[in-house]
Amino acid sequence: MTKAMTGAKMVVQALIDQGVEVVFGYPGGAVLPIYDEIFQQNSIKHVLVRHEQGAVHAAEGYARSTGKPGVALVTSGPGATNAVTGLTDALLDSIPLIVLTGQVPTFMIGSDAFQEADTVGITRPCTKHNWLVKETDKLAATLHEAFHVATSGRPGPVLIDIPKDVQFATGKYTQAQQVETHYNPQVKGDLDAITELAKAMETAKRPVFYTGGGVINSGPAASQLLRELVAATGFPITSTLMGLGAYPASGDSWIGMLGMHGLYEANMAMHDCDLMINIGARFDDRITGRLDAFSPNSTKAHIDIDASSINKVIHVDIPILGDVAHVLEDLLNVWKSRGRKTDKEGLSNWWDQINKWKAVGCLNYKQEGKIIKPQYALQRLEELTKKHDRYVTTEVGQHQMWAAQFLGFEDPNRWMTSGGLGTMGYGFPASIGVQMAHPDALVINVAGEASWLMNMQELGTAMQYNLPVKQFILNNERLGMVRQWQQLLHGERYSSSWSESLPDFVKLAEAFGAKGIQCHDPDALDDAIMEMITYDGPVLFDCLVEKHENCFPMIPSGKAHNEMLLGDDSTEGAIQGAGEALV
Amino acid sequence: MSALKIKKGATSHSAYNLRPNYSDTIEQHTLAVLVENEPGVLARVIGLFSGRGYNIDSLTVAEVDHLGHRSRITIVTRGTPQIIEQIKAQLGRIVDVHKVNDLTVEGASVERELALFKVVGKGDSRIEAIRLADIFRANVVDSTLESFVFEITGTSEKIDAFAELMQPLGLEEIARTGVAALARGST
Repeated sequence: MTKAMTGAKMVVQALIDQGVEVVFGYPGGAVLPIYDEIFQQNSIKHVLVRHEQGAVHAAEGYARSTGKPGVALVTSGPGATNAVTGLTDALLDSIPLIVLTGQVPTFMIGSDAFQEADTVGITRPCTKHNWLVKETDKLAATLHEAFHVATSGRPGPVLIDIPKDVQFATGKYTQAQQVETHYNPQVKGDLDAITELAKAMETAKRPVFYTGGGVINSGPAASQLLRELVAATGFPITSTLMGLGAYPASGDSWIGMLGMHGLYEANMAMHDCDLMINIGARFDDRITGRLDAFSPNSTKAHIDIDASSINKVIHVDIPILGDVAHVLEDLLNVWKSRGRKTDKEGLSNWWDQINKWKAVGCLNYKQEGKIIKPQYALQRLEELTKKHDRYVTTEVGQHQMWAAQFLGFEDPNRWMTSGGLGTMGYGFPASIGVQMAHPDALVINVAGEASWLMNMQELGTAMQYNLPVKQFILNNERLGMVRQWQQLLHGERYSSSWSESLPDFVKLAEAFGAKGIQCHDPDALDDAIMEMITYDGPVLFDCLVEKHENCFPMIPSGKAHNEMLLGDDSTEGAIQGAGEALV
Repeated sequence: MSALKIKKGATSHSAYNLRPNYSDTIEQHTLAVLVENEPGVLARVIGLFSGRGYNIDSLTVAEVDHLGHRSRITIVTRGTPQIIEQIKAQLGRIVDVHKVNDLTVEGASVERELALFKVVGKGDSRIEAIRLADIFRANVVDSTLESFVFEITGTSEKIDAFAELMQPLGLEEIARTGVAALARGST
């Protein structure tokens, strides 16, 4: 059955048909017909953000915390260009988004019209796919296909550019089930390769699971299967920043996050293992460190749904192209049917070695005196919030790494952070998106004061929609990670890494009608955190912390996993030669 | 660890690297990319090459199936085996791309390029030009008393050789189509 309706109505109809509940957006001339339709219905809730970048990050937070695609709606020209950072962020972290942009009428395209930009041209490299729809008859089908593309295979952001005359014109509405698509990525892994991996698991003496965001993107079944596999084999498991929560932090086999600021035991296990099983991670440069010294003696298996991720930077011996959940199911079956074998003695020795590395206590710090250490603040936050129905977002920098180190995640979709792009300003709008999806949950954005200021305008959004997001700002009055690198790399010349003229965050909160809390005393911290949690509304928590704390452990750029820096000792001249050019 | 049993030639849309990846040798490969004939699809392919720093030696594109709405992009590129595999995987994940074939590794193929040469001259050099054109089986498609336009078809190497010979004989301008290529045989 095809119904005739305007393009603007098609947009709303397609969103309803796709099960969309929330749209984050900002109106403007080229999307007014769509906003007019949104006004005249009650199925979809629209959240008015304060900046288009906020809309896209909020949609990301919504998507990451629900497993459903996030939707953002912005106008042409500046609306679209402001969405670019969010799109790129979602592309690098494989977050499914549908971003709708208005465009000048088709007959004005190319004339440098008011608020015209070549949106599909600008966003081609930062979307998984994009479309400029020039005929109303094709609009509905394109919208449905957009949802399919965003959520199939390796997820990612897609964009649909809709000229204003296409929104006004009437056309035929195509139902979702009528849309044909040729885009159907392979989800089942090759059984021969899976058997090869099962065999390798049977004889490995020093195996390690190295998991990533792909496990979470694959859905809850993937996390469940992963847990089953880890429990059945007893192999140690580490995860990237993006994969935290797929395996519980309280699990017996958990050895912590790996990577540049990962745990000593995790990185040493990666370096010394004889079998590395990469599940839905991509050998990112934050993970591998120096490539030619990366886990030199291991057989490497890699499960990934994106063929271009396999053998991109690290040569793998057992490549398995497919969806994590599908492959893990087959892997478990194959391994079980072959007799559930592992090298018990080898494993036991391996765990002894890992426990020795654990005993180093790489996250140790000293909380003394009257100044709050950022690690202490996060440890207290963890202690006081871990029993809650909790979701955590972060900004980017030292606080993000400390949050990853000191907060424990028991379930997937509970941790939203900008991993690939490293977007300062991500966390606050993302927390808004999370809270929209989970109105009764405790949503905390762990932030640094500099990152938080990048999208502070969204405090207006939090107030308008009564979203009780907790902004936990570790305020060191520095761009902490930049300062740390300048100390290690640039002769302690702290060029522009000092935030001067910071606002009074309590007054800033109050100016928006939110609650502000400031805390500088370690002894008062618990009460202050409790006050933040119990307050019914958005809170800006200004936690004044030690200004010169460095984030350790750290694999300096250009170094190998077994060359980690563990603390403030021996940081002099830590990065030399080619490493200096790396970021 | 024994090698995986994977069908030869299954490199497009596949994660399996069939050759050792540690070679630093730069290889030239001809890729045939079958794409949905949508606006922007060429920009996507070219953007992939420029954005990720890959080389394009030659590129041709035209619609090959009007009803099926398909175009064929033939790309001659170069890189180490690992880069070539990466290029194919990256092309394969573009939503509008249906198929990527590496004609260089998937059995024998034929490659042809068409070029037009404008050669200006009088007297002996003019006679020499037409004599060489005859040897190369180039056709004269335009002629004045002082110039020829030759049409020549062949491999890129043949056209390069013809250009070198025409250079001293008054070569003014060349237009080349870039490489079109097909696998030999019935499939």
